[in-house]
Amino acid sequence: MAQSVPIALRASVTAPPLPVVSTTALNAVSELSTKMALDRVSVCYGAFVAVADVSLPVYTRHITAIIGPSGCGKSTLLRALNRMNDLIPHTRLTGHVLLDGEDIYAPQVDVVEIRRRVGMVFQRPNPFPKTIYDNVAYGPRLYGGIRKSELDQIVERSLRRAALWDEVKDKLKQSGMALSGGQQQRLCIARAIAVEPEVILMDEPCSALDPVATLKIEELMQVLKSDYTIVIVTHNMQQAARVSDHTAMMMMRPDRAGEVIEFDVTTKIFTRPGDKRTEDYVTGRFG
Amino acid sequence: MSIPSADSSRRLIRSSARERGRRWMNIVMLGLTGLATLLAIVPLAWIIVDVFVRGSSALTVEFLTQTFRPTSIGGGGIWHALVGTAILVGVASLFSVPVGILAAFYVVTHPNTALGLAVRFGTDVLSGLPSIVVGLFIYTVFVVGRGYSALAGSLALAILMLPVVVRTTEEMLKLVPKSLREASLGLGAPEWKTSFSVLLPAALTGVVTGLMLAVARVAGETAPLLFTALGSNNLSTALDKPIAALPLTLFKYAVDPSKTRNAQAWAIAMIIVTLVLLLNISARLVALWRSKMMH
Repeated sequence: MAQSVPIALRASVTAPPLPVVSTTALNAVSELSTKMALDRVSVCYGAFVAVADVSLPVYTRHITAIIGPSGCGKSTLLRALNRMNDLIPHTRLTGHVLLDGEDIYAPQVDVVEIRRRVGMVFQRPNPFPKTIYDNVAYGPRLYGGIRKSELDQIVERSLRRAALWDEVKDKLKQSGMALSGGQQQRLCIARAIAVEPEVILMDEPCSALDPVATLKIEELMQVLKSDYTIVIVTHNMQQAARVSDHTAMMMMRPDRAGEVIEFDVTTKIFTRPGDKRTEDYVTGRFG
Repeated sequence: MSIPSADSSRRLIRSSARERGRRWMNIVMLGLTGLATLLAIVPLAWIIVDVFVRGSSALTVEFLTQTFRPTSIGGGGIWHALVGTAILVGVASLFSVPVGILAAFYVVTHPNTALGLAVRFGTDVLSGLPSIVVGLFIYTVFVVGRGYSALAGSLALAILMLPVVVRTTEEMLKLVPKSLREASLGLGAPEWKTSFSVLLPAALTGVVTGLMLAVARVAGETAPLLFTALGSNNLSTALDKPIAALPLTLFKYAVDPSKTRNAQAWAIAMIIVTLVLLLNISARLVALWRSKMMH
């Protein structure tokens, strides 16, 4: 059980324990700052262990991809980063998830504040059945006391950043549900960045989209990277290879618990993986 | 496309005795189900036609706008009963709608807690309770010592509306995709804000449909009003006094020896049926509009 004292934890943030770290990755680490870190994290649903003993860094303003076969706990791991797993009854987490060195599962932490700082984009586009404007303004309005002109600016800026402004600027009062799937997903991204999060979690954001819309989202991620730290779960290995800087490879153990078997810079994972199972998976020889 | 040979096409048309029997059985069963369907709507159609035929003779503008008068001077109208029913149902909604909607939210967001299960079981039992029992209950705890009153009648109706409001709201909230709730919570919205800003608007038309049906359910209730609102011949808007209601007036006029009163009872029946029909049809229209909005 992880019962480390907080000070020791904070010290470990700069050099978190990594499963398999090559020297090139370690060199890179020294120049990177760590936005979030998982420290021996396990997640259980009742008696079932979904994620076992994962330690992983998430580097500031980089894209970290989590790949692996279905059911290996990728989404569970991602949802541990902003405590979305709390919504599922009988979920328990052991270990520590650190955001800027602070444990987000500490008892005094405000979950609402965590979710403001760590936003989320879901697998299926899920705009609210409200207007495009109200969708983006929903988050900022939660703070209250924002003037209309200020809100207009936030909405425009967020839609611009999500590369959607030109397509919707004349129909801000129309329902967000009327947009195409790809536009809806960019609307959801605009909605997420309107609250100025520090980290954006993306749970297979393109799995419900066609290749053209997928490409748009991927280009968008490259732009967003300059302001935000992004963690993406994806089934699509080409996507992970295209967009991410670092990749964590997850695999199911015989007891069905998911674990990270390898973490490294993405090019290394896809060209010279350290683990035979990673090589089999990324080359399509898996299973 | 390949052209079927003469041989194979002939095999498709040829029918053995067994196949003919099967086709006949199909026609018979189709006829039976059709007949059963007709039988199911015959009572409704019959009631509506009968009520409208018998009720229309006594239905005049004066009947709707005048209050009670003795039969010797024309018998008057039912304005007092219309106002009474509106007040009873209105006040009952004031009690049952907020409580019902909030309870539904609780049940949906905390489905497997002891209280959530208790509410669900309780509303099931409550909706099966004979309405006269509810009337008797309000009579013993509220009317005895205070006297008959519109408020007592409203409370009885509110108890009858409550399970309908809770169940329909719950069903409609359950239809809202879970992903919307997650999206809102993921943006850092607290649970209550998510409920009122995202879940309720998404389910609103459905909830409104449910409320209309709940109102339609209690608008014609007589039994729970007998020992609570009591009924009255006077136009009254006071909540602490006995008040008239359409079904109570119908009951009184139907058992009256006067032919004028009997005709008026039919006219009241027609008005109640029309109200219930209108509420049901508007509920359908709202539901239709909702399904159009979603696609």
